[in-house]
Amino acid sequence: MALDKSEVEKVAHLARLHISDAEVEEVTNRITDILVLIDQMQSVDTDAVEPLAHPLDAVQRLRVDVVTETNLRDELQSLAPHSQDGFYLVPKVLE
Amino acid sequence: MIDKTVAELSVALAAGDISSVELTQAYLDRIARYNDDLNAFITVCEESALDQAKAADLARANGDTSPLLGIPLAHKDIFCTKGITTTCGSRMLQNFVSPYDATVVERFSAAGTVMLGKTNMDEFAMGSSNETSFFGPVRNPWDLSRVPGGSSGGSAAAVAADLCAMATGTDTGGSIRQPAAFCGITGFKPSYGRVSRWGMIAFASSLDQAGSLSKSAEDAALMMNVMAGLDSKDSTSVDTEAVDYSATLNDSLEGLRIGIPKQHFAEGLSAEVESAIRTALLEYEKLGAKVKEISLPNNHLSVSAYYVVAPAEASANLSRYDGVRYGYRCENPVDLEDMYKRTRSEGFGDEVKRRIMVGTYALSAGFYDAYYRKAQKIRRLVKNDFTNAFKEVDVVIGPTSPHTAFELGANSDPVAMYLEDIYTIAVNLAGLPAISIPAGSANGLPIGMHIVAGDFEEAKLLNVAHQFQRQTDWHLSKPTTLGMGA
Repeated sequence: MALDKSEVEKVAHLARLHISDAEVEEVTNRITDILVLIDQMQSVDTDAVEPLAHPLDAVQRLRVDVVTETNLRDELQSLAPHSQDGFYLVPKVLE
Repeated sequence: MIDKTVAELSVALAAGDISSVELTQAYLDRIARYNDDLNAFITVCEESALDQAKAADLARANGDTSPLLGIPLAHKDIFCTKGITTTCGSRMLQNFVSPYDATVVERFSAAGTVMLGKTNMDEFAMGSSNETSFFGPVRNPWDLSRVPGGSSGGSAAAVAADLCAMATGTDTGGSIRQPAAFCGITGFKPSYGRVSRWGMIAFASSLDQAGSLSKSAEDAALMMNVMAGLDSKDSTSVDTEAVDYSATLNDSLEGLRIGIPKQHFAEGLSAEVESAIRTALLEYEKLGAKVKEISLPNNHLSVSAYYVVAPAEASANLSRYDGVRYGYRCENPVDLEDMYKRTRSEGFGDEVKRRIMVGTYALSAGFYDAYYRKAQKIRRLVKNDFTNAFKEVDVVIGPTSPHTAFELGANSDPVAMYLEDIYTIAVNLAGLPAISIPAGSANGLPIGMHIVAGDFEEAKLLNVAHQFQRQTDWHLSKPTTLGMGA
């Protein structure tokens, strides 16, 4: 399946990636090549096949719903590019 | 001493022939001398390594006899290490210092090993040549103009060039086995869920598995004895009985049933690799094994299905890199959307962005059934192929890669690069354990043999690999560059 440039720009927006005008044609061609590879799987009839989500068909293990983690707020926030008074700082969202 | 296996070093340390400090210093000296040629390490931890070595020597003096006590290793830079940078080969995490250790790192520390440093890798483990790393490509110690394979290329090159005794890696589509094949070492991927993924930076969560890069299958067993086991912090970690992977290494292979998939000996396989693997199979026959041809009829669909499942899961996993909580943030964003987009476009390399785009497309409204669900159905067919094969045979053997290591820059087309993993990818889709061991050479470059076993049959797999290494010496051959060889 071939993609056109506007579809590539839409996907880039969904993925929150910026693609410059100079790159868009190259990216479109590369992704189209990958989709051609992927589309080989459409040649097989899988109507009666159950999807495999986990290689061992296992389900998630559950644990008792109790607090097990200690509060590491300061330690974790020290990794942030910008934080202040216990908050993460981002560009202004509301005027 | 630095060219010895972990099993040999363990004996030498126990006998007092060498101390962990001496051994650690010898590896650090070699890293200092040759890492510029190889680019195998992103971070070298000289000071903490020597501290750990001193602690190991002290523990030994106080009666500690752990088999890996004082053995110097390297961790792939995808495993979080407290207080030491963990980059995942990306600009996005260039300055990221984890507040905790990955479970794998914690287990090796508890076993008394010494961490020499963090090894280079394809960015976010996406690549088969180690050329997508933000920190530059790793070079193959057998020929510095060639790639070491990927994504665990730094770990493979470091073990092959004696810059460490053993290394950890991760394997999502072949990322331990293919570099092991290209670098002439032993690369082991356990069953999905056998080793904890906690603290291992996520690429494709239903496929990712940690494993080992070592100089022998015997060493891989020693590493598995430390790495494997239930971890309550990883919800997909499996709860199975503890196994001593070293205990059955010397079991007889009399009557072992080996299946060779005809699809792995077909068009695309180079003549020298085919010849090496067929010669290796004769060794197994000498050991009493029976070889028969089998079929994996859906193997040719595994790359297609993988390039839906892996990018889809990656696009979700990598959405966390938003410039807010950790990692890279772009300069002077004008608003929130600009910050997200420029942070991610500047922080990720081209291959990572490509896979995020493919995954986002496959998961976008209206395409889920045609792509992700379809790929999961193909995944079932690929798994069924192996389930059927293991009714007739005990292990499946073939080549790890269609050819030996290629030149840097030779594979500029992404799809051609994806097809490098044609023999290894199906194993990840099926969640099975597999190993690559050296089994020949062509034009001075190593050839890897791929052995696959059924779910949780790691001990059998290591037994089968070890018996080959008792009969042959391919795993002992060394490159002649970097001051090695005669």
